[in-house]
Amino acid sequence: MIKPTDSALTASRLNESTKMIFHRRWVRVVDNFFQSRWKGLSVAIPYVWLVIFFLIPFFIVLKISFAESLIASPPFSSLFEWSEDAALKMTLIFDNFAYLWEDDLYVKTYLNSVKISTISTILCLLIGYPMAYAIVRASGTMKYLLLLMVILPFWTSFLLRVYAWMGILADQGTLNSFLIWAGVIDQPIRMMYSEFAVYIGIVYSYLPFMILPLYANLEKLDLTLHEAASDLGAHPITVFFTVTLPLTIPGIIAGGLLVFIPATGEFVIPDLLGGGNVLMIGRVLYDEFNSNHDWPVAAAVAIALLILLVIPMMLYQHAQSRQINN
Amino acid sequence: MPKKRSTFLLSVLCFGMAFLYIPMFLLIVYSFNYSKIVSVWGGLSTRWYISLFESEEIWSALMLSLKIAIVNATFATLFGTLAGLALARFRHFRGRTLFTGMISAPLVMPEVITGLSLLLLFITLGDLIGWPEKRGITTITIAHITFSLAYVAVIIESRLSGIGETLEEAALDLGAKPLRVMMDITLPLLAPGMLAGWLLAFTLSLDDLVIASFVSGPGSSTLPMLIYSRVKLGLKPDINALATMIILAVAMGVLIAGWILIRQQKQRERDAQLAGAK
Repeated sequence: MIKPTDSALTASRLNESTKMIFHRRWVRVVDNFFQSRWKGLSVAIPYVWLVIFFLIPFFIVLKISFAESLIASPPFSSLFEWSEDAALKMTLIFDNFAYLWEDDLYVKTYLNSVKISTISTILCLLIGYPMAYAIVRASGTMKYLLLLMVILPFWTSFLLRVYAWMGILADQGTLNSFLIWAGVIDQPIRMMYSEFAVYIGIVYSYLPFMILPLYANLEKLDLTLHEAASDLGAHPITVFFTVTLPLTIPGIIAGGLLVFIPATGEFVIPDLLGGGNVLMIGRVLYDEFNSNHDWPVAAAVAIALLILLVIPMMLYQHAQSRQINN
Repeated sequence: MPKKRSTFLLSVLCFGMAFLYIPMFLLIVYSFNYSKIVSVWGGLSTRWYISLFESEEIWSALMLSLKIAIVNATFATLFGTLAGLALARFRHFRGRTLFTGMISAPLVMPEVITGLSLLLLFITLGDLIGWPEKRGITTITIAHITFSLAYVAVIIESRLSGIGETLEEAALDLGAKPLRVMMDITLPLLAPGMLAGWLLAFTLSLDDLVIASFVSGPGSSTLPMLIYSRVKLGLKPDINALATMIILAVAMGVLIAGWILIRQQKQRERDAQLAGAK
């Protein structure tokens, strides 16, 4: 009568001990796995995320840019169709790109975007370089304070900073009121909704992006070179153009690209400050998508913008990796 | 250093700082304007602050933005730290070039392209697997994590290359397993970088208008989307009040962080001097 319980007990004990062994082994397996595989796992998580949410979307945009516009939801034709002999047939339609090329508006918008962002980048450099230079030369606490002042706008809302200029540049805005009060002008000048306003907006928003890489570059500069040049009798301006400037070219390139690339695709600034008068590619894309619902053309505009920016982007990446290696 | 050009440098510096700060200053001043027309002064008043606090629309947009920003910052810091570690410490792994490209591209990618491509992905996914059913808080958060993690990765990578590998090598020489070294040495050293990354991801998310408006659905307006739809047609005094509060909150945060950093720097200099004296 006891036996069955006994055996049941033994069985359960046995079961427990196998469980323990199994458990320990399992822990060891997991532990071993982590010891040998954790590197792979920790790369895999961000890797997979970026492939799904960054890389694949581009191929979808590329695919749709070749599709036909349809009045449907989603408003584009499928690229892949099963033809009668059950072979996957891919239809590429270059119409959207031909449309971009033939329509004057898009070519003009393109060139205008490049023009505006190039001039803005040069303006940022002209203001940002002396500022970075002055900050590097400031002493101790003052230097940190100035750096903080450059970084601070970067943390506040971009949209609200652009909005601030709407109040300044409006017909009855601060600048016009000031100029009339000072007697410079009698009638308000139209400054809002013009290219002038867009230049101000871009330079204002992207100036910190120019100053920070220049500051980092200038700070590492070897000052003995300047002393050597001065001791040998070089004029300060000559020293600047023959010693300082060539040594800060990496900073100029990094800062310049950090302004040029996002400024070319900018949407908020031309939309709020430029109005309908200023053609920029980011705005056209947004309108094509949200107002005209022409997704294939919007996708084609995106691809065209990307082609325009791919060389500057690769340059930037090259500059970055070289800086890190140094 | 030549002292001659310093007047020129100083004047450009003053001009630049004025250029950066006068618009924000004016924004703050006009938020206390009684007049309904923002740029015409009508006397001192706090009425726009009161109407701001009473606006339910703004509160719900703010709450949505904060929710997205917190979830985004947390995940972006997690993924970004892993990515930064991989870039700085794991020399060789398969697909490294592609990985580096995918980390640095979001930093300079025009927002309209990122927004459009993510929206098209969500629509395609919705057609293929039925997820996401509708666009809103989830899709915005995913979009934000995608570009924020790149920023965090860059911060972590630069901090790691700044720290150097000597401490980790010492621990390895003393017989610690690589995973243990990672947990006990590398991650604690990274904590300040991770905090900076979290804060950056948080503000990037709070600030984003373009990507959010692409991937958002009906009924979910973030704070920047609400602000944009209001200011699109002109100046709005209650937006000035909102801007003032945001600017002041950020300024306080940055000043406190800066003060702590400067103090640490000074402490370190003092320690170095003391060590030198001994």
